[in-house]
Amino acid sequence: MTQSIQFTVNGDLVQVDVQPHWTLLRVLRDVLELNGVKQGCGEGECGACTVLVNGAPINSCIYPILEAEGKEILTIEGLLGKDNSLHPLQQAFLKKAGVQCGFCTPGMIMSAKALLDANPNPSEDEIRHAIAGNMCRCTGYVQIVESIQHAAELKSKQSE
Amino acid sequence: MSELFVGKSIPRVDLEKVTGRAQFMNDIKLPRMLYGKILYSKRPHALIKSIDTSQAEKLRGVRAVLTGFNTPDVRVGFIGDQTPLKKDKVRQFRDEVAAVAAIDEETAEEALELIKVEYEDLPAIYDPFEAMKEDAPLIHEVDPRGKPRRNNILPLPWKLEAGDIEKGRAESAFVVKDTFHTTWVHQTCMGTSGCICEFDLNDNLIFRSVTNVPFGGKDRMDMFLRNIGIKGSTRVLTPYVGGSFGSKLDTDIYEFICALLAWETKCPVKILFSREEEFLASPPRQPTVSTVEQGCDKNGKLTFRKVDMILDNGAYTSWGATTPSVMMVTISSLYNVPNLSYQATCVYTNNIYAQAMRGYGNPQATWVIENSIDQLAEEAGIDPLEFRKINANKPFTETPMRLKITTCPMTECLDEVKTKLDWENKHGKQDGRGVGVAAFVHVGGGARVYRSDAQGIIMKVDDDGKLTIITGGTDQGQGSETIIRQMAAEATGLRPEDVSIFLGDTEVCPWDVGTHASRHAFITGHAILLAAKDVKRKILTLAARWMGTVIGKEIKRRARRNPDYVAPEIDFDVLADPDMLDLQEGEIFVKSDPENKDLRVPLPLILRPHTWWEPVRGKWSWPRLFTILPMKCSTGKGRGTCPAATPSEPMASRWKWTRRPAM
Repeated sequence: MTQSIQFTVNGDLVQVDVQPHWTLLRVLRDVLELNGVKQGCGEGECGACTVLVNGAPINSCIYPILEAEGKEILTIEGLLGKDNSLHPLQQAFLKKAGVQCGFCTPGMIMSAKALLDANPNPSEDEIRHAIAGNMCRCTGYVQIVESIQHAAELKSKQSE
Repeated sequence: MSELFVGKSIPRVDLEKVTGRAQFMNDIKLPRMLYGKILYSKRPHALIKSIDTSQAEKLRGVRAVLTGFNTPDVRVGFIGDQTPLKKDKVRQFRDEVAAVAAIDEETAEEALELIKVEYEDLPAIYDPFEAMKEDAPLIHEVDPRGKPRRNNILPLPWKLEAGDIEKGRAESAFVVKDTFHTTWVHQTCMGTSGCICEFDLNDNLIFRSVTNVPFGGKDRMDMFLRNIGIKGSTRVLTPYVGGSFGSKLDTDIYEFICALLAWETKCPVKILFSREEEFLASPPRQPTVSTVEQGCDKNGKLTFRKVDMILDNGAYTSWGATTPSVMMVTISSLYNVPNLSYQATCVYTNNIYAQAMRGYGNPQATWVIENSIDQLAEEAGIDPLEFRKINANKPFTETPMRLKITTCPMTECLDEVKTKLDWENKHGKQDGRGVGVAAFVHVGGGARVYRSDAQGIIMKVDDDGKLTIITGGTDQGQGSETIIRQMAAEATGLRPEDVSIFLGDTEVCPWDVGTHASRHAFITGHAILLAAKDVKRKILTLAARWMGTVIGKEIKRRARRNPDYVAPEIDFDVLADPDMLDLQEGEIFVKSDPENKDLRVPLPLILRPHTWWEPVRGKWSWPRLFTILPMKCSTGKGRGTCPAATPSEPMASRWKWTRRPAM
């Protein structure tokens, strides 16, 4: 039993035939081939599958696909400019070594984006709270926090 | 002259990771690909009475159902103490009993539910001490060669004896003895385990693997293919890996099963663990029980140490059983202790079998030793930090393990820790919280675990002045691709952005012992130094032949264009001497006159017209380097590579030059 739904992904309107029990993650990865969205646990614990729905970070692995109807989804693929220019968060994660194995990185960056969109100058505590749902096994989080702080600086310079 | 790139912080090259383009095992799909799933035992120790797969085989979309009964009876693993699929009995909860390949994961999972296994339970042992008792049930009735076993102790004893324990005990004013337990710890990589196996039409296995030992994985898979009667050999391709922490050292059982499914179906088969499966069926750090007895004289100087350690090997053997070799370093060589006895025994139980995990046994050993040191310091009434200083190793010491320590600023390190922790005011002065200290020593930079600790590097310079490094190493997040670029640019005289890296394909890349044991950057760095010396000499020799011509032409060109141009005076003899020339940041210049712009020539101007006849390539270098012990180097046979055009690089202005084989 399939159902057709419409939503926006990274600015593009898409129409997909889905089964009601599918998750957003499944549709993003298997149907739309947006493989930047990762599955780490499949039960909303690790945050690797984080995407933004109407600007808010959610675990797409437990987000029922029918909930996505009419909404705006942003994935890591949507951060890269049309001219391949990097988002400040992407630049900062490279500069400050917030990325190691890279598996948690897309979800981590999306959580950080939601934070910086709402709060351009977050404190370290606010950053740690914002990424509390995103697990990383490589970095120990220190460089990730530094990366997000650096991204906030880059963003504020851009807007000056 | 200071370094231009090494020792400086440059952005990581992981552009693909921050944009979601990096292809992990999860992301790879091949045409005709099937999905493999494994049925695990739900019993810790039981005889398999029967396996009924008939219903599973009938399920639409199922392409193969394998058990120990319809696959070759071939042993795999570190000492060959298991088969991929178990036939006679299961020895742990995770034992692989059957496997299915189907057109999608759901169908494969459904098929597993249709497989009926009948067991007859046997008494199970979860405690290594119980397992060592004389009347304990045997986990393995026969050893890998088929000889009957008499007990559950692994034939892999670890022993180190130095000095005289009884003499040390007699000299002791204070002695402590205690028993310490450590438990399983799982690597919990963010990317779960997985692989894709595919046979080509010549029966060669293309093995997409998350291994960090591609050539070890190839060897193990090649041996497996031979043993099951397949004539082809293995090509290992490694995509991006979502963390390793030791878990990617051995070739896991699911990988052999995947090869069997691919052979049976003649389709690519992918097995990707769920998170639950990752915890259930991938081998963690092994638990230990250690009894430590040690003493010191009245001044706090260590007199003896005796460590008896039992390791819970679990039901089978992987690299976890060799971690006492690394523990030995901590136990014998962190502090100066003259009389020493260390014995480690690995014991089979019906628990999950163990693998390598970060630190390779050292965290267990350090925790045990440092706890005991604290106890002894307290017994002797000496401040624990001072106690460590009293016993700290000094330079030019030979330890009981006969490791020669040449540099060792341990005392200075402890002093600095003391200052920075505000030890005097904080240690033991606050209720419920405070500061403590522990020391640590680890092998690294080539621990000589194998007969060779070599690393292969091939350097290829193309006519556009770009350098490709082909390496047998892997990157599981430690940043080797960034540091390789820095080191190669420094050593050859190019810029980091001129250097690209190709890795992850055993068919193309030179042999490498594996990216583990904290060795990769150090050993690769030395391979780069050797290869770069060769490359640079060839470039400068070529430059000496053509610099005069290139500069002469440029002067004539300028004179033609500008009648007022005054040609500089040029010593063409200097330009023709390779020893007078140097290469840095992609430009060739005269050593004695580096600032003279008239004498600086970009590398492509030398290479472009001339590499057609004489391609520049680096030797395949094999440094053999051992830390702690004196360093030895040797260079192996040179091996040429074909000159090839560098593919155009659309993102070349940003840090991304690693190329992996198309997955």
